[in-house]
Amino acid sequence: MASENQWVIASALVASLFLSFGIARTKAGRDFAAILQNSGSWIVLLIPVAGLAIGLALHEEHFALMMLATVLIYALACIGLTIQFGYAGVINFAGIAFFGIGGYTAAVLGGMGLPSLLVLLAGGLVSAAIGCILILPVLRTKGHYAALITIAFVLLFRSFLEVNHTLGGPQGLRVESATIAGQSLFTGIRIGSFEASFYLNYVLLALVLLAIFFLMARFLEKSWIGINLDSMREDPVGAAVFGVNVAYWRIMSFVIGNVLIGIAGATFAMMQTFIAPSNFTFQQSLLMLAIVVLGGIGNLWAVIPAAILVVVVPEKLQAISEYRFLVFAILVVLVLRFRPNGLFPRSMRNFRKEVGQ
Amino acid sequence: MSKLFSADNVSVRFGGLQALDKLSLDIDEGTIIGLIGPNGSGKTTFFNAVTGLCRTAGGQILVDGEDIAGLHPRHVYQRGVSRTFQRSRLCLSLSVFDNVVIGRQNALDLTLFGNLFRRGRFIESVRENHDRVRALLSTFSEPLAARTFDPLHTLSMIDRRRIEVCRALIANPRLLLLDEPSAGMTPDETHEFMSDILKVRGDHPRMSIIIIEHEMDVIQRVADRCVVLNFGKKVAEGTFDAVVADPWVQEAYLGSS
Ligand SMILES: Nc1ncnc2c1ncn2[C@@H]1O[C@H](COP(=O)(O)OP(=O)(O)OP(=O)(O)O)[C@@H](O)[C@H]1O
Ligand SMILES: [Mg+2]
Repeated sequence: MASENQWVIASALVASLFLSFGIARTKAGRDFAAILQNSGSWIVLLIPVAGLAIGLALHEEHFALMMLATVLIYALACIGLTIQFGYAGVINFAGIAFFGIGGYTAAVLGGMGLPSLLVLLAGGLVSAAIGCILILPVLRTKGHYAALITIAFVLLFRSFLEVNHTLGGPQGLRVESATIAGQSLFTGIRIGSFEASFYLNYVLLALVLLAIFFLMARFLEKSWIGINLDSMREDPVGAAVFGVNVAYWRIMSFVIGNVLIGIAGATFAMMQTFIAPSNFTFQQSLLMLAIVVLGGIGNLWAVIPAAILVVVVPEKLQAISEYRFLVFAILVVLVLRFRPNGLFPRSMRNFRKEVGQ
Repeated sequence: MSKLFSADNVSVRFGGLQALDKLSLDIDEGTIIGLIGPNGSGKTTFFNAVTGLCRTAGGQILVDGEDIAGLHPRHVYQRGVSRTFQRSRLCLSLSVFDNVVIGRQNALDLTLFGNLFRRGRFIESVRENHDRVRALLSTFSEPLAARTFDPLHTLSMIDRRRIEVCRALIANPRLLLLDEPSAGMTPDETHEFMSDILKVRGDHPRMSIIIIEHEMDVIQRVADRCVVLNFGKKVAEGTFDAVVADPWVQEAYLGSS
């Protein structure tokens, strides 16, 4: 029975991979991508609307809702990585460390009774500040050093947590669940006969955060800053000759990206109410990057299906959960080899609508 | 006429190679200098030294009396110097508009607040900049001006050359450095292209140009003065006729005895 089920899931996975390869390249697929890209800001509402519908449908399923919230939180973090890597070309192997900094900030500040929204914001700012200190000396130089520094950082981060007793050592820390507008998110919503898992609250919180930052990232992409970032990623020397402040924008995008990753990490920690160093391994960082690369580097929308693929599939498919790093590593290599722009390639920015063409 | 730019004893060394050897060169406002010389004589290196892409090993590069030698490329741009590249440096994955508008760096609002939260104003400025880009492109080619949102990689080589010149021109530079702008064009295309560049200059009579060019008839047509380089040294300077009459140039560069 169980193994039969596994086969069904495995074939569904393979089929959906092939489908997304195919569909993204059909006329209908391209039209849909164009609608997502060129529509007004209202299109971003698709995310909370669809998320809410799925959340309500699953309202009693603890595990499924937790998965949904996790996908949304990872998607938020990967929007941050997209700004860094997809736009500015700054590769960050320490995504999970900045996610963890957000989480530990939430653990420490949440315990002090600060308002939860402030704690979330602080999670973002602390990660950004630490990232800034880390990268400032090397970002002025060539990109590879920055990449190496982030690898060193993510490895050191975990060791540091394990020996640091104020931060709970290897056992980790308890995290206060969020309370927003006097409502503890740790109690499920009850309206009449409708009773929902508390995870639904976190689905809602994650949806709001994701929608807001998704919209901001969309604006960023379609702005003078977005044009600057793309130009300097493609040709830093050429961009500098035309006055682009390459070092500044590298640092800026690294900082902005880490704010998003830190906020995502703080949300995640509040949902789990517990964090430990073992959550923040280098492999986890690579999985985050895998989401960005598999989806389509620089394509914000692609982050969502890719996050589902990377977060949910290993949970559903016990057969691969042990080998998930291997499976995704192979998948990333295959995608980079055969579809270097990812399953859903980013489409080129244009201002046709804005100038009335 | 006032002196806009002057290079004074500029030297550049790559290891043991003296790519530029005490080169001095002055330009008045609104004039065009043709920079000629055999392959590897240091012409591109001179542009790189001026725009901050390679370090000088001595000498001064003055714009309006201020020494810009050793400045970061970005700061050189801010002093009104822009250029094209011998081997095209455009962003192939971006649109024509993006590639050109980047040249207006100084005129764009680059604050996070302005770009993320004042979208109405941003869209206004997109329209204004789009009009400018179109107007400039249509000086060179009407069909090209209709393709502002085509990906750059779909353009022909000639159109890419035009885009590169437009990106440099849209900055309204005071000194424009053109590195073999017509490379790869037929003589007819080159002729038309030069006419277009001169047309744009007609609107900016104070802009000065240094042009590197192998075609002698192009130089004859556009340059007010010529400078000849060989092994990084200036070997002749003057009007086109004077330079061509120079016996050294006859022998070393034009290859006739
Ligand atoms: N970055 C560099 N490192 C080392 N040597 C260089 C570098 N750039 C140029 N050179 C050398 O400096 C000399 C001058 O090169 P440059 O490109 O300035 O010549 P050029 O006059 O522009 O020639 P061409 O007409 O072929 O474009 C050449 O010998 C070249 O090999
Ligand atoms: Mg050259």
